[in-house]
Amino acid sequence: MIIQDKMIVKSQKEIAHNIFEMKLSGKLVGEITSPGQFVHIRVNDSYEMLLRRPISIAALDTAANEITILYRAEGQGTKSLSTKREGDIVDVLGPLGNGFPVEETEAGETAFLIGGGIGVPPLYELSKQLTAKGVTCVHILGFQSEDVVFYKEEFNALGETHIITVDGTAGSQGFVTNVMEKLGTDFSTYYSCGPMPMLNAVEKMYEGKKGFLSFEQRMGCGVGACFACVCETTEGSEKNYIKVCSDGPVFPAGVVAI
Amino acid sequence: MNRLSVDLPGLQLKNPIMPASGCFGFGKEYGKLYDLSVLGAIMIKATTLETRLGNPTPRVAETSSGMLNAIGLQNPGLEGVMEGELPWLEQFDVPIIANVAGTETADYVEVAKEISTAPNVHALELNISCPNVKEGGITFGTDPKIAKELTAAVKAVSKVPVYVKLSPNVTDIKEIAIAVEEGGADGITMINTLLGMRLDEKTGKPIIANKTGGLSGPAIKPVAIKMVHEVSQVVNIPIIGMGGVTNSQDVIDFLSAGASAVAVGTANFVNPFICPTIIEELPLKLDELGINHISELVGRSHRF
Ligand SMILES: Cc1cc2nc3c(=O)[nH]c(=O)nc-3n(C[C@H](O)[C@H](O)[C@H](O)COP(=O)(O)OP(=O)(O)OC[C@H]3O[C@@H](n4cnc5c(N)ncnc54)[C@H](O)[C@@H]3O)c2cc1C
Ligand SMILES: Cc1cc2nc3c(=O)[nH]c(=O)nc-3n(C[C@H](O)[C@H](O)[C@H](O)COP(=O)(O)O)c2cc1C
Ligand code: FES
Repeated sequence: MIIQDKMIVKSQKEIAHNIFEMKLSGKLVGEITSPGQFVHIRVNDSYEMLLRRPISIAALDTAANEITILYRAEGQGTKSLSTKREGDIVDVLGPLGNGFPVEETEAGETAFLIGGGIGVPPLYELSKQLTAKGVTCVHILGFQSEDVVFYKEEFNALGETHIITVDGTAGSQGFVTNVMEKLGTDFSTYYSCGPMPMLNAVEKMYEGKKGFLSFEQRMGCGVGACFACVCETTEGSEKNYIKVCSDGPVFPAGVVAI
Repeated sequence: MNRLSVDLPGLQLKNPIMPASGCFGFGKEYGKLYDLSVLGAIMIKATTLETRLGNPTPRVAETSSGMLNAIGLQNPGLEGVMEGELPWLEQFDVPIIANVAGTETADYVEVAKEISTAPNVHALELNISCPNVKEGGITFGTDPKIAKELTAAVKAVSKVPVYVKLSPNVTDIKEIAIAVEEGGADGITMINTLLGMRLDEKTGKPIIANKTGGLSGPAIKPVAIKMVHEVSQVVNIPIIGMGGVTNSQDVIDFLSAGASAVAVGTANFVNPFICPTIIEELPLKLDELGINHISELVGRSHRF
């Protein structure tokens, strides 16, 4: 069930250049059903920045009643969010959307998780849940440069992890597709989140494989009521739209026209 | 006595608060969050004759204390709304105001004729003011003669009272208001969004794919208040006011300006529980003002 929760900031840390890790506690945690779901955050109480910001749930700790979000402080809303401190209250709507299907990969099988930049966060909880059930996860994570690389150790602890940067300052130099070419296609399922051009390239390269992609779109309501966040589908002969916020953000490969 | 009740043509409202068209879909999403029967009414998303897919994305952009949208009237079409949306809303004790849009008079007439027969549709809201589709009604909303003729044509076929939604993107909104009253409108809803544009800081290009969008939210409230204040003094039909309402004080302001009821749009995105919250707060506001019934506030801005 979607709830509006006044969550308490448990911690806030800058873990890479302008990349923040925030832990939040509240009853919303109990409503989360799958990795890849997101929350819609009101960055402060003023109406100056009117709209909520959609941010993925990067990790879930049910025992501690906590979620972790990882976000880039770029525009004025996320910058304002980054000024919150331990003990502050944040107005959070969620959990929203349908996440990655963990059940699509069996124990003993291998899954490739491909993330780009600020699309990496939801893959972390996904990997935790996949590895916990006995899936071997291979992580291919692309970033701009070394100063914005995050969660390298965390992903390493869960499985094989390839870091690649556009400028070559961390890991190898290039794009995630360069790593994908080298690793081949000996896996059962792939899961991906990142910028549109990356998703496009990943889907092309893994054509015919079972995969799930998480999309981004500018949002209004976040709950499916305003038709702001649509994507075009490839299904059927007629052009059609699906909503990223409530039908997605995760769709099986091939469903969204990219 | 219900201190919040409002009687308008076709509408017996428990309270003057209703979600505005396009900001509440057809109720299903918010119906999961609270009991829709607490609402005064629901203004559903614009319905057109055929299914409309709407505009390319991005469709929204944030602006200071507001937002721009160019959804482009995406909706499942008359048949889809009649069969797929309205029956579901019947479980709630709440009158529905059906927002009707089109590109020519015949479309409006056909949709109005059919949708006004739905048992829970108690009134129509003629959208002659959507800024986001080419000939998407806005031409109807900017020319008094055309607005009057369209109103009369729809009135002739509608089984329920007809409210006309006015565009603020005109030189003199009073002229249009008078024209639709002459055309037989039972009420006026106002205001729709103001046309605007926001540029991407890096590229200098408009953020919204449609380039322009409709501005809504707290930023437009002063414009809306001024227009309600003016229009309520030149027509004798009731007004449902809207534009930037985020709390119970805003509602009081719209009533004072001359509206009889108030719609809440964009604020639903900020706080999905905004309508029930305002409804709960209103009696306390009346106490503060030492007022017995909400109707006593209507038109304070220009009454002696
Ligand atoms: C489902 C989903 C999950 C996301 N998960 C994360 C995450 O885990 N970490 C992270 O850093 N970012 C994530 N994003 C992107 C994040 O929502 C934007 O970076 C953020 O909204 C930008 O806000 P701002 O205040 O920095 O920018 P501003 O420019 O001030 O934002 C203005 C408006 O545009 C919207 N907007 C701007 N860029 C984007 C974008 N790329 N996507 C959607 N809306 C945008 C904002 O929400 C806001 O309404 C996610 C987006 C979606 C749709
Ligand atoms: C995303 C969005 C979609 C809208 N769609 C419609 C619509 O379909 N028909 C209509 O008459 N008005 C539509 N409107 C206008 C609102 O009903 C309302 O008139 C306007 O937003 C001003 O109120 P507000 O500031 O409370 O949002 C829409 C507004 C928004 C923000
Ligand atoms: S953001 Fe409103 S429908 Fe998705």
